Amino acid sequence: MQELLQYLFSGITNGAVYAVIALGFSMLYSSTGLINFAHGEFVMVGALSLISLWKGLKIPLPAAFAVSVAVTAAAGLLLERLALRNVRKPHPIVLVIITVGASILIRGIAMLVWGKDSHSSPSYSSHPPIDIAGATLLPQSLWIIALTLLLVLGLHVFYKRFLTGRAMLATAINKKAAAVVGIRTDTMVLLAFAMSAGMGGIGGALIAPLSMSSFDMGMILGLKGFCAAMIGGLSSSWGAVFGGLLLGILEAMGVGFLSSGLKDASAFVLLLLILYFRPTGLFGKAVVQRF
Amino acid sequence: MKTSGTRMIRALAVAALMVCTVMSGQGWAAKGPYKIGGIFSITGSSSFLGDPEKKSMEMAVEKINAAGGIDGHMLEPVIYDDEGDPTKAVLAANKLTSKDEVIAIVGPSLTPTTLAIIPVVEKTGVPLISCAAGIKITEPVKPLVYKTAQNDVLAVAAIYRHIKAANIKKIGIITVENAFGESGKEQLAAQAPKFGLQILQAETFGAKDTDMTAQLAKIRAAQPEALVCWGTNPGPAVVAKNVVQMNMKIPLYQSHGVASPKFIELAESAAEGILLPTGKILVADQLPETDPQKTVLKGYITEFEKRYSMPVSGFGGYAYDGINLLAAALKGTEGDKKKIAENIGKIKGFVGVTGSFTFSPEDHNGLGPDAFVMVVIKDGKWQLLK
Repeated sequence: MQELLQYLFSGITNGAVYAVIALGFSMLYSSTGLINFAHGEFVMVGALSLISLWKGLKIPLPAAFAVSVAVTAAAGLLLERLALRNVRKPHPIVLVIITVGASILIRGIAMLVWGKDSHSSPSYSSHPPIDIAGATLLPQSLWIIALTLLLVLGLHVFYKRFLTGRAMLATAINKKAAAVVGIRTDTMVLLAFAMSAGMGGIGGALIAPLSMSSFDMGMILGLKGFCAAMIGGLSSSWGAVFGGLLLGILEAMGVGFLSSGLKDASAFVLLLLILYFRPTGLFGKAVVQRF
Repeated sequence: MKTSGTRMIRALAVAALMVCTVMSGQGWAAKGPYKIGGIFSITGSSSFLGDPEKKSMEMAVEKINAAGGIDGHMLEPVIYDDEGDPTKAVLAANKLTSKDEVIAIVGPSLTPTTLAIIPVVEKTGVPLISCAAGIKITEPVKPLVYKTAQNDVLAVAAIYRHIKAANIKKIGIITVENAFGESGKEQLAAQAPKFGLQILQAETFGAKDTDMTAQLAKIRAAQPEALVCWGTNPGPAVVAKNVVQMNMKIPLYQSHGVASPKFIELAESAAEGILLPTGKILVADQLPETDPQKTVLKGYITEFEKRYSMPVSGFGGYAYDGINLLAAALKGTEGDKKKIAENIGKIKGFVGVTGSFTFSPEDHNGLGPDAFVMVVIKDGKWQLLK
C-alpha cells in the first residue's frame, strides 16, 4: 500500500512536469496548428535561466521567475520572427522541420552559455517533504500542480472571454478568413509563439528544483511532453494536463510493477496504443482539417 | 646572369649556416624526438575526463623534456580529440599510427573508444596505455594494451569491504542505464557472495531521469540495510536527494563515478554522510605521512593547479601516470615498440597519482586495492575513512 502510494506520488511529480510541457505543445497547436519540436529547449532555457538568476545572481525568486519566463518568451518570439515567418512556402512539414533545426541551435547556444555541466537549484519553499501514510510527496510537486492548473484555467478564460484569445483561435481555424474579418494574423501567430515558449519557460522554471538541469535536458522532456499532449488530444488544454499525469503515473507504475528498465518504453508504447485506437487522443475532437 | 648566380651561392651559404646553427643548438641531443600519441575526449559530454587528461599529458611531457628527455630523445606529443566517439577515436588512432608514426599511444578516455582502437594498435604494433576504467580493456590480457585507471572491480571491492565491516548483510542497488552502470551492476552482483552479501533489490534509472522515488520505494519495500548507487552525474545526485526526501535511514554508498566536487554542489545538503570509494587524490592532504603516494600526489596537485589555475580532478592523473610509465619503459629501447610494450609489463612498484602499479603477465592494470580509499562527505567536504 505504502509503495503504491509512493509510485502514485512519484508519478504525479513526473506527470505534472510532463503536463506543463504538454500544455505548451497543445497551446501552440490550437492557435497555429503547428507542432514546435524546439519546445523542450524552451523548457531547458527556462530552467537554466532560473538557476542562473536565482541561485547565481541572487535575484529574489518571483523576479527571477518572471525574467526567466520573459527570456524564454523572447526566444520563442525570435524563432517565429526570424526563422518561421519568412518561409516562402509555409507548408506545416517545412515549419516543423525548421523547429527541429532550431532546437539543435538553441541547445548549442545553451551549451556555450551554461557549459556542459549539470546545475541544481534549491526548492521554492524550504518546507520538508510531506509524509502521507509512509509515502513522501515533495512540496515542489504541489507547486507544479497548482501552477499548471492555474495556467490551464488562465488559458481557458483567455480563449473564451478575451477578444485576443478568440482572434487567435480564429487565426488557427482559418488564417485567410481571419484576416478578412480584420484580425492581424501575423501578430496572432507571433503572440502564440511567445506565449507557448513562455509556458515552456514556466515549465522549466518549475522543474529546476526537482532535478538537475543541463543544456541537453530539453530533448527527452520535449518528447515526453509531446507524448502527453498526443495522449490527451493535441487541441485540448485539459487533455494535455490529463495526458501528462496519466503518462507520469503509468511510468511510475511500470517501474514499480514491471521493471525500471521499461520506464521510457511504457510511455512510448502507450502513445502507440492511443494513436492506434484513438488517433485524435483521449480528449481530442474528431479530426479538424486546419491546413 | 652572373649577379643572380652569386646571389644563389650566397643564399645557399646562409641556408647552410642556418642548418649548422640549428644542429649545433641541439648539441648532443641531436637524436630525433620520440613521438607520443594522445587520444582524449577533450570536447563533448566526457570532456570532464579528456580535458584534464590532455592537460596532464602536456604537463608530464614538458617536465620530462625539461629534465633532458629520455636517453637524449625529447618527447613530442601529438594529441587528438575523439569527442567521446569511437569512430573518431579509430580515425585518430589510424592517423597516429600511419601518418604521425608515434611509438606509443596514451588514452583514449573512455571504455568504448579504447575497445574500438585496440584492433588498430594490435595491427600496427603500437603499445597503448588506456585511461579508461572498463575491465574488458585488460581482460583478457593483450600484449600491447595497458591501462592506468582503476577497474570497477576494485571500487566494488572497496565498497563491499566497508559494508562488511559495518556488519551489513542485505543491500539494495540502483544503477544507471549506460555502460558505466551496467559494468557496475555486473560487478556488484558478481562480488556480493564473496563478501557474504545478499542483493535484495536491483533497480536502474535513466541518465536523464528527474525523479527516482518510484525505484527507491521498490527498494525500500525490500528492506535492505544499505543502498549502493552506481552512476555518473547528475543521476546519483537525484538519488541522493530522493533518499533524503523519502527519509530512508540506511547508509547510501555511491560509486567513484561521482568523486568530484560537482556532486556535492548538485546534491547540496543531501550529500551529507554519503560514503564512496575514490582515488587518493581527493584526500591527498589527509593521507598519513607514511603513504608512499603522498609526495607524488602533492607534487602533481601543486603543479597542475599552478599551471592551469583550475582545481585538480582525479581523472588527469590517468594520463599523467600513463606518460610517466611510458617514460620509464622507454629507457634504453631507442623507440623499439615491441621492447616498450615488454618494458611496461616489467614495471613493479611504480608509485603514481592513481596508485602503485605492479604489472605482471596476467595483470595489465597493475593496481592493487590500495588504489581506492573510502571517504565520507562531511560538511560538504571529503573526509578520509580509516
